[in-house]
Amino acid sequence: MTQAIFFLLIIFPGTGGEICVSRAMKTIGEVTDFRPRAIARFIARALTVPWMWIGVAMMAMGFFALLGMLSVANVSFVFPATALSYAVGALGGKIFLGEKVTPQRWVGVLIVCLGVALVFIGKS
Amino acid sequence: MKFPAGLHFKTSVMILLMVVFGPLGDILLGKGMKHIPAMVSWAPRDISHFFFAAFTSPTVWLGIGSLLTFFIAYMVVLSWADYSYVQPASALSYGLIAVLAYGVLHEVITPARWAGVLMICFGVLVVGHTSPSTTTSTTSSARTSATTPATSGTASTTTNAEDSVTNGAVSGVVRAAPPATERVS
Repeated sequence: MTQAIFFLLIIFPGTGGEICVSRAMKTIGEVTDFRPRAIARFIARALTVPWMWIGVAMMAMGFFALLGMLSVANVSFVFPATALSYAVGALGGKIFLGEKVTPQRWVGVLIVCLGVALVFIGKS
Repeated sequence: MKFPAGLHFKTSVMILLMVVFGPLGDILLGKGMKHIPAMVSWAPRDISHFFFAAFTSPTVWLGIGSLLTFFIAYMVVLSWADYSYVQPASALSYGLIAVLAYGVLHEVITPARWAGVLMICFGVLVVGHTSPSTTTSTTSSARTSATTPATSGTASTTTNAEDSVTNGAVSGVVRAAPPATERVS
Protein backbone atom coordinates (compact mmCIF):
# COMPACT_ATOMS: atom_id res chain seq x y z
CA MET A 1 0.00 0.00 0.00
CA THR A 2 2.74 2.43 0.99
CA GLN A 3 4.60 1.47 -2.13
CA ALA A 4 1.54 2.09 -4.28
CA ILE A 5 1.21 5.56 -2.79
CA PHE A 6 4.88 6.30 -3.45
CA PHE A 7 4.41 4.98 -6.95
CA LEU A 8 1.61 7.45 -7.64
CA LEU A 9 3.57 10.20 -5.90
CA ILE A 10 6.47 9.77 -8.28
CA ILE A 11 4.55 9.39 -11.52
CA PHE A 12 1.85 12.01 -11.15
CA PRO A 13 3.66 15.08 -9.78
CA GLY A 14 6.57 14.40 -12.14
CA THR A 15 4.62 14.09 -15.38
CA GLY A 16 1.90 16.45 -14.14
CA GLY A 17 4.54 19.10 -13.51
CA GLU A 18 5.99 18.63 -16.97
CA ILE A 19 2.52 18.94 -18.48
CA CYS A 20 1.97 22.21 -16.59
CA VAL A 21 5.31 23.56 -17.86
CA SER A 22 4.32 22.48 -21.36
CA ARG A 23 1.03 24.32 -20.99
CA ALA A 24 2.83 27.45 -19.82
CA MET A 25 5.13 27.34 -22.84
CA LYS A 26 2.20 26.94 -25.22
CA THR A 27 0.54 30.08 -23.84
CA ILE A 28 3.66 32.08 -24.65
CA GLY A 29 3.84 30.81 -28.20
CA GLU A 30 6.41 29.43 -30.54
CA VAL A 31 9.99 30.64 -30.21
CA THR A 32 11.19 31.85 -33.60
CA ASP A 33 14.16 33.99 -32.60
CA PHE A 34 17.07 32.03 -31.20
CA ARG A 35 19.46 34.82 -30.27
CA PRO A 36 20.43 34.88 -26.58
CA ARG A 37 18.61 38.13 -25.91
CA ALA A 38 15.34 36.81 -27.37
CA ILE A 39 15.69 33.56 -25.43
CA ALA A 40 16.24 35.52 -22.21
CA ARG A 41 13.10 37.53 -22.95
CA PHE A 42 11.21 34.30 -23.57
CA ILE A 43 12.30 32.88 -20.22
CA ALA A 44 11.42 36.08 -18.39
CA ARG A 45 7.95 35.88 -19.91
CA ALA A 46 7.64 32.21 -18.98
CA LEU A 47 8.33 33.07 -15.34
CA THR A 48 5.24 35.28 -15.29
CA VAL A 49 2.92 32.41 -16.26
CA PRO A 50 1.33 30.73 -13.18
CA TRP A 51 1.33 27.30 -14.90
CA MET A 52 5.11 27.46 -14.98
CA TRP A 53 5.33 27.81 -11.18
CA ILE A 54 2.69 25.15 -10.57
CA GLY A 55 4.68 22.86 -12.87
CA VAL A 56 8.02 23.53 -11.18
CA ALA A 57 6.46 22.99 -7.74
CA MET A 58 4.97 19.68 -8.85
CA MET A 59 8.25 18.55 -10.39
CA ALA A 60 10.00 19.34 -7.11
CA MET A 61 7.36 17.33 -5.26
CA GLY A 62 7.95 14.38 -7.58
CA PHE A 63 11.69 14.64 -6.99
CA PHE A 64 11.34 14.60 -3.21
CA ALA A 65 8.84 11.73 -3.42
CA LEU A 66 11.47 9.83 -5.36
CA LEU A 67 14.08 10.53 -2.69
CA GLY A 68 11.61 9.48 0.00
CA MET A 69 10.80 6.28 -1.81
CA LEU A 70 14.45 5.45 -2.29
CA SER A 71 15.01 5.70 1.45
CA VAL A 72 12.01 3.50 2.27
CA ALA A 73 11.60 1.04 -0.58
CA ASN A 74 13.92 -0.97 -2.74
CA VAL A 75 15.60 0.75 -5.68
CA SER A 76 14.08 -1.81 -8.02
CA PHE A 77 10.79 -0.05 -7.51
CA VAL A 78 11.96 3.02 -9.32
CA PHE A 79 12.26 1.60 -12.80
CA PRO A 80 8.67 0.54 -13.44
CA ALA A 81 7.64 4.00 -12.25
CA THR A 82 10.09 5.71 -14.59
CA ALA A 83 9.08 3.51 -17.52
CA LEU A 84 5.37 3.95 -16.85
CA SER A 85 5.71 7.72 -16.71
CA TYR A 86 6.18 7.75 -20.49
CA ALA A 87 2.77 6.17 -21.04
CA VAL A 88 1.18 8.42 -18.42
CA GLY A 89 2.83 11.40 -20.10
CA ALA A 90 1.33 10.56 -23.49
CA LEU A 91 -2.08 10.11 -21.90
CA GLY A 92 -1.71 13.41 -20.05
CA GLY A 93 -0.67 15.20 -23.24
CA LYS A 94 -3.79 13.89 -24.92
CA ILE A 95 -6.19 14.71 -22.09
CA PHE A 96 -4.82 17.96 -20.68
CA LEU A 97 -3.05 19.50 -23.66
CA GLY A 98 -5.32 18.25 -26.44
CA GLU A 99 -2.45 16.67 -28.33
CA LYS A 100 -3.22 14.22 -31.10
CA VAL A 101 -1.61 10.99 -29.96
CA THR A 102 -1.93 8.87 -33.09
CA PRO A 103 -1.74 5.06 -32.92
CA GLN A 104 1.75 5.34 -34.38
CA ARG A 105 2.84 7.64 -31.56
CA TRP A 106 1.30 5.27 -29.00
CA VAL A 107 3.29 2.39 -30.45
CA GLY A 108 6.48 4.47 -30.27
CA VAL A 109 5.79 5.53 -26.68
CA LEU A 110 5.14 1.94 -25.60
CA ILE A 111 8.37 0.76 -27.26
CA VAL A 112 10.24 3.52 -25.39
CA CYS A 113 8.57 2.36 -22.12
CA LEU A 114 9.77 -1.19 -22.67
CA GLY A 115 13.23 0.05 -23.64
CA VAL A 116 13.56 2.15 -20.47
CA ALA A 117 12.42 -0.81 -18.35
CA LEU A 118 15.03 -3.00 -20.06
CA VAL A 119 17.77 -0.44 -19.41
CA PHE A 120 16.96 -0.50 -15.70
CA ILE A 121 16.68 -4.28 -15.58
CA GLY A 122 20.02 -4.55 -17.36
CA LYS A 123 21.70 -2.32 -14.77
CA SER A 124 21.11 -4.63 -11.85
CA MET B 1 5.26 13.64 -44.28
CA LYS B 2 2.82 16.51 -43.97
CA PHE B 3 4.71 18.52 -41.40
CA PRO B 4 7.24 21.15 -42.46
CA ALA B 5 10.91 20.24 -42.53
CA GLY B 6 11.93 23.40 -40.65
CA LEU B 7 9.78 22.53 -37.68
CA HIS B 8 11.22 19.05 -37.59
CA PHE B 9 14.77 20.38 -37.79
CA LYS B 10 14.56 22.83 -34.92
CA THR B 11 12.70 20.29 -32.79
CA SER B 12 15.53 17.80 -33.38
CA VAL B 13 18.19 20.37 -32.52
CA MET B 14 16.49 21.23 -29.21
CA ILE B 15 15.99 17.57 -28.31
CA LEU B 16 19.64 16.91 -29.10
CA LEU B 17 20.62 19.71 -26.69
CA MET B 18 18.36 18.17 -24.01
CA VAL B 19 19.72 14.68 -24.54
CA VAL B 20 23.33 15.86 -24.31
CA PHE B 21 23.15 18.48 -21.55
CA GLY B 22 20.69 16.69 -19.23
CA PRO B 23 22.87 13.67 -18.41
CA LEU B 24 26.05 15.75 -18.69
CA GLY B 25 24.74 18.13 -16.02
CA ASP B 26 23.74 15.24 -13.77
CA ILE B 27 27.17 13.65 -14.05
CA LEU B 28 29.12 16.91 -13.55
CA LEU B 29 27.01 17.96 -10.59
CA GLY B 30 27.32 14.50 -9.03
CA LYS B 31 31.07 14.45 -9.61
CA GLY B 32 31.52 17.97 -8.28
CA MET B 33 29.48 17.35 -5.15
CA LYS B 34 31.38 14.17 -4.33
CA HIS B 35 34.61 16.12 -4.10
CA ILE B 36 33.16 18.42 -1.50
CA PRO B 37 33.45 17.45 2.16
CA ALA B 38 30.06 16.37 3.47
CA MET B 39 28.03 18.78 5.57
CA VAL B 40 28.70 17.66 9.15
CA SER B 41 25.88 19.47 10.87
CA TRP B 42 23.16 22.05 10.32
CA ALA B 43 25.15 24.66 12.21
CA PRO B 44 25.29 27.94 10.23
CA ARG B 45 29.10 27.68 10.09
CA ASP B 46 28.98 24.22 8.50
CA ILE B 47 26.27 25.21 6.10
CA SER B 48 28.19 28.23 4.89
CA HIS B 49 31.37 26.16 4.53
CA PHE B 50 29.48 23.61 2.50
CA PHE B 51 27.96 26.21 0.19
CA PHE B 52 31.26 28.00 -0.20
CA ALA B 53 32.93 24.74 -1.23
CA ALA B 54 30.09 23.88 -3.61
CA PHE B 55 29.93 27.25 -5.31
CA THR B 56 33.67 27.60 -5.77
CA SER B 57 33.91 24.25 -7.54
CA PRO B 58 34.22 24.65 -11.32
CA THR B 59 32.72 21.19 -11.85
CA VAL B 60 29.61 22.17 -9.90
CA TRP B 61 29.25 25.33 -11.99
CA LEU B 62 29.69 23.37 -15.22
CA GLY B 63 26.99 21.00 -13.98
CA ILE B 64 24.63 23.84 -13.14
CA GLY B 65 25.31 25.42 -16.54
CA SER B 66 24.58 22.14 -18.32
CA LEU B 67 21.35 21.59 -16.43
CA LEU B 68 20.32 25.17 -17.14
CA THR B 69 21.01 24.63 -20.84
CA PHE B 70 18.95 21.46 -20.66
CA PHE B 71 16.00 23.19 -19.05
CA ILE B 72 16.07 26.15 -21.43
CA ALA B 73 16.11 23.81 -24.45
CA TYR B 74 13.24 21.94 -22.82
CA MET B 75 11.21 25.12 -22.34
CA VAL B 76 11.97 26.36 -25.84
CA VAL B 77 11.04 23.11 -27.60
CA LEU B 78 7.79 22.88 -25.63
CA SER B 79 6.82 26.32 -26.91
CA TRP B 80 5.87 24.62 -30.17
CA ALA B 81 6.25 20.85 -29.88
CA ASP B 82 3.90 18.32 -28.27
CA TYR B 83 4.78 17.08 -24.81
CA SER B 84 3.88 13.56 -25.98
CA TYR B 85 6.55 13.99 -28.68
CA VAL B 86 9.32 15.56 -26.59
CA GLN B 87 9.03 13.25 -23.57
CA PRO B 88 9.67 9.93 -25.36
CA ALA B 89 12.35 11.54 -27.54
CA SER B 90 14.22 12.73 -24.46
CA ALA B 91 14.60 9.06 -23.43
CA LEU B 92 17.48 8.97 -25.94
CA SER B 93 19.58 10.24 -23.04
CA TYR B 94 19.63 6.66 -21.70
CA GLY B 95 21.47 5.72 -24.87
CA LEU B 96 24.02 8.50 -24.43
CA ILE B 97 24.57 7.53 -20.78
CA ALA B 98 25.20 3.90 -21.78
CA VAL B 99 27.63 4.90 -24.55
CA LEU B 100 29.52 7.25 -22.20
CA ALA B 101 29.59 4.68 -19.40
CA TYR B 102 31.02 2.17 -21.85
CA GLY B 103 33.44 4.44 -23.73
CA VAL B 104 34.65 6.84 -21.03
CA LEU B 105 34.15 5.05 -17.72
CA HIS B 106 34.81 1.58 -19.22
CA GLU B 107 31.83 0.15 -17.39
CA VAL B 108 30.40 -3.19 -18.39
CA ILE B 109 27.06 -2.73 -20.13
CA THR B 110 24.91 -5.84 -20.01
CA PRO B 111 23.31 -7.13 -23.22
CA ALA B 112 19.88 -6.42 -21.68
CA ARG B 113 20.85 -2.78 -21.23
CA TRP B 114 22.09 -2.47 -24.82
CA ALA B 115 18.85 -4.10 -25.98
CA GLY B 116 16.93 -1.51 -23.97
CA VAL B 117 18.92 1.32 -25.56
CA LEU B 118 18.25 -0.05 -29.05
CA MET B 119 14.58 -0.37 -28.22
CA ILE B 120 14.44 3.24 -27.02
CA CYS B 121 16.10 4.39 -30.25
CA PHE B 122 13.57 2.43 -32.28
CA GLY B 123 10.66 3.79 -30.25
CA VAL B 124 11.92 7.35 -30.68
CA LEU B 125 12.24 6.72 -34.42
CA VAL B 126 8.58 5.67 -34.51
CA VAL B 127 7.47 8.72 -32.49
CA GLY B 128 9.73 10.91 -34.64
CA HIS B 129 7.73 10.00 -37.71
CA THR B 130 4.65 11.67 -36.28
CA SER B 131 4.11 15.43 -36.47
CA PRO B 132 6.02 17.24 -33.70
CA SER B 133 3.19 19.71 -33.21
CA THR B 134 -0.49 18.78 -33.30
CA THR B 135 -2.13 21.41 -31.11
CA THR B 136 -1.72 25.04 -32.13
CA SER B 137 -2.98 25.41 -35.68
CA THR B 138 -1.04 28.66 -36.11
CA THR B 139 2.16 26.91 -35.26
CA SER B 140 2.04 24.05 -37.70
CA SER B 141 0.37 25.83 -40.59
CA ALA B 142 2.45 28.99 -40.41
CA ARG B 143 5.64 27.02 -40.31
CA THR B 144 5.13 25.61 -43.81
CA SER B 145 6.43 28.80 -45.34
CA ALA B 146 9.27 29.21 -42.90
CA THR B 147 12.62 28.05 -44.11
CA THR B 148 15.28 26.38 -42.00
CA PRO B 149 14.83 27.79 -38.52
CA ALA B 150 16.83 30.57 -37.08
CA THR B 151 19.84 29.01 -35.51
CA SER B 152 22.03 31.71 -37.00
CA GLY B 153 21.49 35.42 -36.98
CA THR B 154 21.14 35.81 -40.73
CA ALA B 155 18.51 33.14 -41.19
CA SER B 156 16.35 34.59 -38.44
CA THR B 157 15.80 37.82 -40.31
CA THR B 158 13.58 36.22 -42.93
CA THR B 159 11.91 33.85 -40.52
CA ASN B 160 10.89 36.65 -38.20
CA ALA B 161 9.59 38.77 -41.01
CA GLU B 162 7.37 35.96 -42.23
CA ASP B 163 6.18 35.03 -38.80
CA SER B 164 5.22 38.51 -37.79
CA VAL B 165 2.91 38.57 -40.79
CA THR B 166 1.47 35.08 -40.50
CA ASN B 167 1.10 34.73 -36.75
CA GLY B 168 1.82 38.18 -35.51
CA ALA B 169 -0.54 38.02 -32.58
CA VAL B 170 1.13 35.04 -30.99
CA SER B 171 3.69 36.43 -28.62
CA GLY B 172 5.91 39.16 -27.39
CA VAL B 173 8.90 37.28 -28.69
CA VAL B 174 7.60 37.72 -32.21
CA ARG B 175 6.41 41.26 -31.62
CA ALA B 176 9.69 42.29 -30.13
CA ALA B 177 11.66 40.78 -32.97
CA PRO B 178 11.65 43.53 -35.63
CA PRO B 179 13.62 46.16 -33.64
CA ALA B 180 16.19 43.55 -32.68
CA THR B 181 16.55 42.50 -36.30
CA GLU B 182 17.11 46.07 -37.39
CA ARG B 183 19.92 46.49 -34.94
CA VAL B 184 21.64 43.38 -36.26
CA SER B 185 21.29 44.24 -39.92
